[in-house]
Amino acid sequence: MMLLSREEMDLVLLSAKVALWSVIISLPFGLVAAHLLARREFWGKSVFDALVHLPLVLPPVVVGYALLMLFGRQGALGVLLNDWFGISVAFRWSGAAIASAVMSFPLMVRAMRLSMEAIDPKLEAAAQTLGAGRLGVLLTITLPLALPGILTGMLLAFARSLGEFGATITFVSNIPGETQTLPLAIYALWQTPGGEAAAQRLCVLSLVLSLAALLLSEALVRRANRRIRG
Amino acid sequence: MTLSVQVSHVQGSFSMDARFECGAGVTALFGRSGAGKTTLINAIAGLVRPDSGRIALDDTVLFDSTLRVDVRAHRRRFGYVFQEGRLFPHFTVRQNLAYAHWFDRSLYSAHDFAHVIELLGIGHLLLRRPAQLSGGEKQRVAIGRALLAKPRLLLLDEPLASLDAQRKGEILRYLRLLRDETRIPMVYVSHAVEEVLELADHVVLVASGHVVASGPVEEVMGRPDLGTESGVFEGGTVIEARVLGYDAADGLAELGFDGGTLTVGNVDAQVGESVRVRIRAREVSLALEQPQRISIQNVLHGVVATVDDAQGSSVNVEITVGTVRLRSRITRRAVRQLALAPGMSVYALIKAVSLDRHAVSV
Repeated sequence: MMLLSREEMDLVLLSAKVALWSVIISLPFGLVAAHLLARREFWGKSVFDALVHLPLVLPPVVVGYALLMLFGRQGALGVLLNDWFGISVAFRWSGAAIASAVMSFPLMVRAMRLSMEAIDPKLEAAAQTLGAGRLGVLLTITLPLALPGILTGMLLAFARSLGEFGATITFVSNIPGETQTLPLAIYALWQTPGGEAAAQRLCVLSLVLSLAALLLSEALVRRANRRIRG
Repeated sequence: MTLSVQVSHVQGSFSMDARFECGAGVTALFGRSGAGKTTLINAIAGLVRPDSGRIALDDTVLFDSTLRVDVRAHRRRFGYVFQEGRLFPHFTVRQNLAYAHWFDRSLYSAHDFAHVIELLGIGHLLLRRPAQLSGGEKQRVAIGRALLAKPRLLLLDEPLASLDAQRKGEILRYLRLLRDETRIPMVYVSHAVEEVLELADHVVLVASGHVVASGPVEEVMGRPDLGTESGVFEGGTVIEARVLGYDAADGLAELGFDGGTLTVGNVDAQVGESVRVRIRAREVSLALEQPQRISIQNVLHGVVATVDDAQGSSVNVEITVGTVRLRSRITRRAVRQLALAPGMSVYALIKAVSLDRHAVSV
């Protein structure tokens, strides 16, 4: 007997795909933002910091609406993506990934930034005296030593993306098989008479997935820490 | 080789305005903690950007505020050994040693690598992580790592400060070996007189952000007027001497110098090796006639060169003994009672027990 029905399996796969791509999209931006915040002093840093954290405090509906304005068929970035790459993200799963990426961005940056700040800048100075330029220091010292925090940030962002609801439903709507991730499916089932039992199954499923992601994150970080600390 | 440094820098309430030049060999930046030694060496390394000034090695300008030159630290090729080693915790010892090589493949050959490992005795540590090393081993690896960057100049910032006495001796031995074998010029930051006497050829005395004195070790470390400036050593004389022999039964050593012999407590050196003896001015007494039946082992005959006329209850007297200027600090009353004046023949008395292992550096 199968534990999950065909539809439920598809839901899990779509949710995982959206969450995975959301992490892939936000990772480069997250690393840059975390490094800027942890290691550089520049004009307007506090404003930049606030902007990074904005999705955490803004109503998700507002984020979704802003994304719709930006990435919609008439939006500036939407037109650009369409003209250059022939990609349209509006009402597509890729749009859901973008919404999740934006919403989980602060969590990702926070974890990465903390781990970069924890690195002794004296080690980076020592690397410089041995001939490492900025990029060399970043690649051989900062990133490897920040690895546990980077992994944590990625997995937190992944788990957060699995649960993304408000911005996604506003931006790409609730289209089964395309943009309907787990939380959106639960919501849809709840709205349907007689759907409570199915919704409850999905709730449990969602709990199991999130818990698994967090446990995996813990295990990975412990391994990375062992590797670094010797 | 000439390193010329001129640095003005303000950091919070601390302001530095230092200028010195030094050549080949080992130059000690000496002074009490907080004097600005580390800021100075970091400016040389390129880790601190001075507000203004000029730093040059021979014809290579590394920093010049008026010419707007500031060579980045990773292009200066100055090796740096830090107080805490600063090994990279995520690399093995071998990877730490090879670090500079990753950025410049032409730096060294397998032969050089093997030589440095042998010189520092770290061959058995190569596969370990820094966390598995003792303090002394870490510092040896750190020295090796800096050496393998093929530095034009080696900077050392109190590399012994975090080690216990036994490890200190061990690393000092390696540093001496390095000085004599590699001929890489070194700038050595320290606040310990013994280390300076043991390693340095040239001393730059730093006090509250300024260079108070700069010159050969024997000259600077002996100047009585600098005792209060540095706050770490009192005036005295530094004598270059050679081990003549040992009296094993009494645990004493006989040292010869230009002007006589000295009997001191046991020394950690072979017969024939040269050592430096530091004699505190206040431990030198003076007599007009050669004393008889006296416990003091060292009686040196000399001629009074100068009697300073500083205020206070004590007076510095300089005596020429052979080619050495021996300093003595005695009371003003004693000067009056003996009627000491330049040109007078005197005997300088120094107890052998005051010349213990701390006073004699190999």
